[in-house]
Amino acid sequence: MAVLVDKNTRVIVQGITGHQGSFHAGEMMKFGTNIVAGTSPGKGGTKFMDKVPIVDSVSEAMGFEPNATMISVAAPYVRDAAFEAIDQGIKLVYILTEHVPFHDTMEIVHEARLRGITVIGPNGPGITVPFDCKIGIMPNKIFKQGDVAVASRSGTLTYEIVDAITRSGMGESAVIGLGGDPVVGLTFIDVLKMFEADDRTKKIVLVGEIGGNNEELAAKYIKDHVKKKVVAYITGRSAPPGKRMGHAGAIIEKGVGTADSKIKAFNEAGVQVAEYPMDVPGLLR
Amino acid sequence: MNLYEYMGKEIFRKYGIPVPDGYVVEQLTDVREYRKPVVVKSQILLGGRGKSGGIKFARSSEELKNGVKELLGSKIRGLTVTKVLVEDMINIKHEYYVSFALNRSERSPVLIASSSGGVEIESVPQNQIFTRKIDPLLGYSDYVGREASKFMNLDKNLSAQFRSILEKLYKVYEEEDCELVEINPLVETAEGNLIAADAKVIMDNDSMFRHKDIKITDPEKTPLELEAQSKGYSFIELDGQIGVIANGAGLTMATLDALTLHKGKPRNFLDLGGTDDVEIVVNAFDLVLKADPKAILVNIFGGVTKADTVANGIVAAKKRFKITKPIVVRLSGVHDDEGRQVLKENGIESFPTMMEAIERVVKLAGEA
Repeated sequence: MAVLVDKNTRVIVQGITGHQGSFHAGEMMKFGTNIVAGTSPGKGGTKFMDKVPIVDSVSEAMGFEPNATMISVAAPYVRDAAFEAIDQGIKLVYILTEHVPFHDTMEIVHEARLRGITVIGPNGPGITVPFDCKIGIMPNKIFKQGDVAVASRSGTLTYEIVDAITRSGMGESAVIGLGGDPVVGLTFIDVLKMFEADDRTKKIVLVGEIGGNNEELAAKYIKDHVKKKVVAYITGRSAPPGKRMGHAGAIIEKGVGTADSKIKAFNEAGVQVAEYPMDVPGLLR
Repeated sequence: MNLYEYMGKEIFRKYGIPVPDGYVVEQLTDVREYRKPVVVKSQILLGGRGKSGGIKFARSSEELKNGVKELLGSKIRGLTVTKVLVEDMINIKHEYYVSFALNRSERSPVLIASSSGGVEIESVPQNQIFTRKIDPLLGYSDYVGREASKFMNLDKNLSAQFRSILEKLYKVYEEEDCELVEINPLVETAEGNLIAADAKVIMDNDSMFRHKDIKITDPEKTPLELEAQSKGYSFIELDGQIGVIANGAGLTMATLDALTLHKGKPRNFLDLGGTDDVEIVVNAFDLVLKADPKAILVNIFGGVTKADTVANGIVAAKKRFKITKPIVVRLSGVHDDEGRQVLKENGIESFPTMMEAIERVVKLAGEA
């Protein structure tokens, strides 16, 4: 398998009839993702785009043997939807939704960990392995198959950097959006382990931002454990302390989580940090 | 969402955590008859109130009235005091610290406790601070309190009170969806009782749908930021001259960074989010124009947000608000060619790359 997903990944979409869920399910199918079913309580028995069976519950969807789910339901219902998927033992749970209470996410992440289930998100663009599988909302057209793996705490900024990599002639082996919340399923260290073990990946890009110390911990891990080339970009250098910069997790609290601290940690680990997003491809060469 | 001390204490009282008897005063007529020594505390969301003169002690009816008069309506570090809390004075024997917070990298709550309370916990030496990760599925249990009590050298009587407070405080943290619940100081009175002399409660903004009874206007937000919030925009005022509209929090932050590296000063942060609605773009311009920038930069990487939708929004805003200030646009991604064509037909400058747009807008803002 490539990183977390491949051509054989069988995906369900929880909330497939919603505005976001239906749009992105359609885009994922265009990309080549194998969506085997969708859930929408009360709408079971119908079909999505005349093709994908819609059922009332994840329990019923298990008949289609899914091994991954995309959750696209409103924030108050995410905990229930994620527990439903975890309870059925779906191995990869991606949560698209923004504004999920972090207490809910803590429970989801810890319960998933006990059962060997991977959680991606909440509040991130998902995962794409060109052109095996896309689970999430990344634009279809920015990718090219290649050997650069990207992990990021942001959405559009990820597209910007992936687009720059593709335009420079390189391509991607996997792109993962960790999510912009203070509590998310995957840390940079988690994905570094996957990227280091992935045969397709030769180079790694980490896109971090202010808030928390995920990047500092990753820098230390890279120094001790990662042999592949790593390049980073950190956003929020100009952010004033104490302000949430759009993402719930992007905040400098009591001096912790500054861009300077993250850039310094990466530099000390021998990781080059791009000044502008479009400088990333140049540093990868 | 940061709660005022008196609101935090109301919650503590509800959960059975001991707090001093007291009442809130919004005008002089609210002051009750003086019976015993009290503390008059300004209700503002800032640390270090005492040092800034925001707390008065009253040992007579006259001192109480004067204290309230002095504090109500006064300004402390820029914030106006609209409420004071009048509370029974307590006989302090010792001050402790205790809190439950979030450890982001562990994705877990963490208990922090110390025998050195009454000062900012950051200034307490590490070896005097007890920290313990809490598994959110197991929650708080008494063994954690026993470990903390031992570390803090609490005697049997204090430990029993302390552990009871910990159990209740964790309940507040969990049930009220808190980012932080902090008691500093947790006071040991001369009579040997533990009591929460202060209360700091920060609730998760994203959980407010479960706590509809709590409504606070963030005092640190400007009127324009509050207006933006009510309209659903993620918007922050900054002190520069270049208005910024971008899509996605990360890209918006990266835009501010790039402007700053080019010696441009952003006037604001505005994340359009994922939208395909022209009106959302028009309303974003309305907000940015109210901040009166010298020039406006729009930076869009199209995906869910289509570049041509944004272009149509810019054209509509320019007409509706009769904008004469320079607008510089960077459009890339989904439908960028169509979008740039729309802008060209309407005489608005646009570029395919972020750097070109940033150089141009910095130059124009400098000339304006």
